[in-house]
Amino acid sequence: MDLTYTPEEEDFRARLRSWLGTVLPGLPAKPAATDWPGRRAYDTAWQRMLYDAGYAGLHWPEDAGGQGATPTQHLIFLEETERAGAPYVGANFVGLLHAGPTLAAEGTAEQRARWLPPILRGDEIWCQGFSEPDAGSDLAALRTRAVRDGDTYVVSGAKIWTSHAEVADWCELLVRTDPAAPKHRGISWLAMPMDAPGVTVRPLRTLAGSAEFAEVFLDGVRIPVSHRVGAENDGWRVTMVTLSFERGTAFVGEVVACRRVLGALARAARANGRWDDAVLRRRLGRLNAQFAALWRLTQWNVSEAQQGGGVPGTGGSVFKLRYSHARQELYDTAAEVLGAGALDADHEWVADRLSSLSYTIAAGTSQIQQNIVAERILGLPKGR
Amino acid sequence: MHFQLTKDQRALRDGTRELLAGRFGRDRLRAAVGDPALDRALWRELGAAGFFALRLPEEAGGVGLGLPEAVLVLEEAGRALLPGPLVACQLLAGAVDGVASGEKIAGLCEGEREPVLWEHPADCDELILVEGGAGPPAHGAGDGAGGAQGRTGSAYRSAPDRVACAPFASVDPLTPLARVTGLPRTEPLALDVPRLRREATLLTAAQQLGSAARTVEMAVRHAREREQFGAPVGSFQAVKHLCAQMLVRAEMARSAVYAASVTESVLDVTAAKLLADEAAVDNARDCLQVHGGMGFTWEADVHLHLKRAWLRAARWEVAHEAEELLAAGLIA
Ligand SMILES: Cc1cc2nc3c(=O)[nH]c(=O)nc-3n(C[C@H](O)[C@H](O)[C@H](O)COP(=O)(O)OP(=O)(O)OC[C@H]3O[C@@H](n4cnc5c(N)ncnc54)[C@H](O)[C@@H]3O)c2cc1C
Repeated sequence: MDLTYTPEEEDFRARLRSWLGTVLPGLPAKPAATDWPGRRAYDTAWQRMLYDAGYAGLHWPEDAGGQGATPTQHLIFLEETERAGAPYVGANFVGLLHAGPTLAAEGTAEQRARWLPPILRGDEIWCQGFSEPDAGSDLAALRTRAVRDGDTYVVSGAKIWTSHAEVADWCELLVRTDPAAPKHRGISWLAMPMDAPGVTVRPLRTLAGSAEFAEVFLDGVRIPVSHRVGAENDGWRVTMVTLSFERGTAFVGEVVACRRVLGALARAARANGRWDDAVLRRRLGRLNAQFAALWRLTQWNVSEAQQGGGVPGTGGSVFKLRYSHARQELYDTAAEVLGAGALDADHEWVADRLSSLSYTIAAGTSQIQQNIVAERILGLPKGR
Repeated sequence: MHFQLTKDQRALRDGTRELLAGRFGRDRLRAAVGDPALDRALWRELGAAGFFALRLPEEAGGVGLGLPEAVLVLEEAGRALLPGPLVACQLLAGAVDGVASGEKIAGLCEGEREPVLWEHPADCDELILVEGGAGPPAHGAGDGAGGAQGRTGSAYRSAPDRVACAPFASVDPLTPLARVTGLPRTEPLALDVPRLRREATLLTAAQQLGSAARTVEMAVRHAREREQFGAPVGSFQAVKHLCAQMLVRAEMARSAVYAASVTESVLDVTAAKLLADEAAVDNARDCLQVHGGMGFTWEADVHLHLKRAWLRAARWEVAHEAEELLAAGLIA
């Protein structure tokens, strides 16, 4: 058990920290939460800066254009960028955190050469077209059809809850290529250009007021067969790779952010007198323990991944279960500190409180995560 | 950073588990429920295996290991529900003659906590009273290790016959308790009390972790075996989700306890105790629920885990103290 970082890791941290210190002050102001084109421009510009400085795709393999960094270096990267208040991956989320890694792991040489460099440079944004109106938790029930016509697939159907669809260039799309096969067997994973004829994006307004996700309608969209990643009808296996990336590493930096917010909450409570309430104070103390332990659990999972190498394991589900609820409790506590201020939708903590409500739903609901923990880690029998 | 058990640490954990399974298995545990007097022979065996002298330097006849190893060993003791003042003997091995080898049994009690309780009064050869030394050192989360001896607290030793006691009916059948009504403070003991307190808190948390992990296994096992409606109850989602939450609690506690054993910082130790108490108590409750009516019987071991978890949760850093300390840590 060792929590110290090697001299090389500390050196990496120091270089990163000093680079952040020189570039962050010059960044333009953040666009408004509702300004999607502005957010895309802002997030991709940041990605380009990372690329030029040699920090893009840090943990991606070198032959995929990444830096081949260890999971620990990636952890340091997330910790330091978050601590310095650097922009969040934002619109680059899907490309960098799961479409890219999936392409790197499962794509052909041509596919990797075509799609990975623009993700790393911030030139192209990806979105995730997995969920459908009648296929959410039961993702394998998806019905969007792809019918082969020579060397193209002709795709029709509808996707929903597609984050960043409005500003995306590409979509990792799950389609049914064999309707006769058992539901997990007839699925394929395609890369779809969002500007293809027949793609219609209709933004959906979230409870936070902004259009963070959308419905995507597909009407006879023609996608070259060469855009399929993995074998035809083998898309479910590829999807599992994608989901393990999504659940495995996606929340690391956010724990650091939550710990920062928690400190700010305590100081705010001290300033406005709420600190004198022992119940609130003790709640803050308990949250401190939660986030401290979540950070240690992250370090545990990362050093385990470093030992195992490759795709993250199911430990991500244990983490996500507690993290998503702790995050919601953090912002509920913020509301207590704010008092009437908790009714001001423009307040940063209030906006974050609203968005925290999605954490127990997106990327697999808490109920689904509990099934995964019980069946895959604890080995309990599958339910009927 | 390699926050995983080393090969040696895994071997130590496995060896301890085997030793305890051999010497304090289910039959022995159930026999102790009827007669909770400590097994001196077992105590000496543990001493001979280096259980108490684990952290004493090799020159002093110890094993020369550190706090992480002590945590692993006490985690195993917690799993096995091994009774006795284990934390006290682990911490006093260098300070009280005969404790390291398991020849003597020493107890620790906290002077300020009302009522002042003494575990296994009939079995202890010495009683050490600890006063003060709680809370973080002046500069927040500093490690305080190697600080001045007895800096902000004091400790006294007494022979058991000089301690005045009133009877106290212990909720845990494996841990007899006495209420201390009078304790002479004549023989001061040179101990770093803040450090002793920190380590007692952490080692208590380690036992809670062991118990929490054990009750997950007990629940999962029962859920796979017990059938209702023609299927193992573990195939029902309501039961599955109880078990999943148990694992989450245990793993949170594990990360916190292991990390605190490495950093030794007051705040890490405090967070570890808070989460380990929660994990042990709530897991025992959920384990009982998964066992149904069987869980409510004296026959099942579940209540023994729950009662011991309550007892440990009420010692050293208790929840409200831990939460206040952690809150203060946010604005330090
Ligand atoms: C902010 C946000 C962003 C998202 N972004 C994307 C995206 O970019 N791309 C994408 O493809 N998807 C995205 N999603 C979709 C997300 O993955 C799904 O919402 C999620 O998987 C749940 O599916 P559902 O909404 O259909 O709910 P349902 O599956 O209908 O679930 C409804 C309720 O039933 C419960 N439930 C369902 N099945 C079970 C079961 N077997 N056992 C116990 N309980 C069950 C659920 O836990 C939930 O409480 C996003 C969601 C949100 C909230």
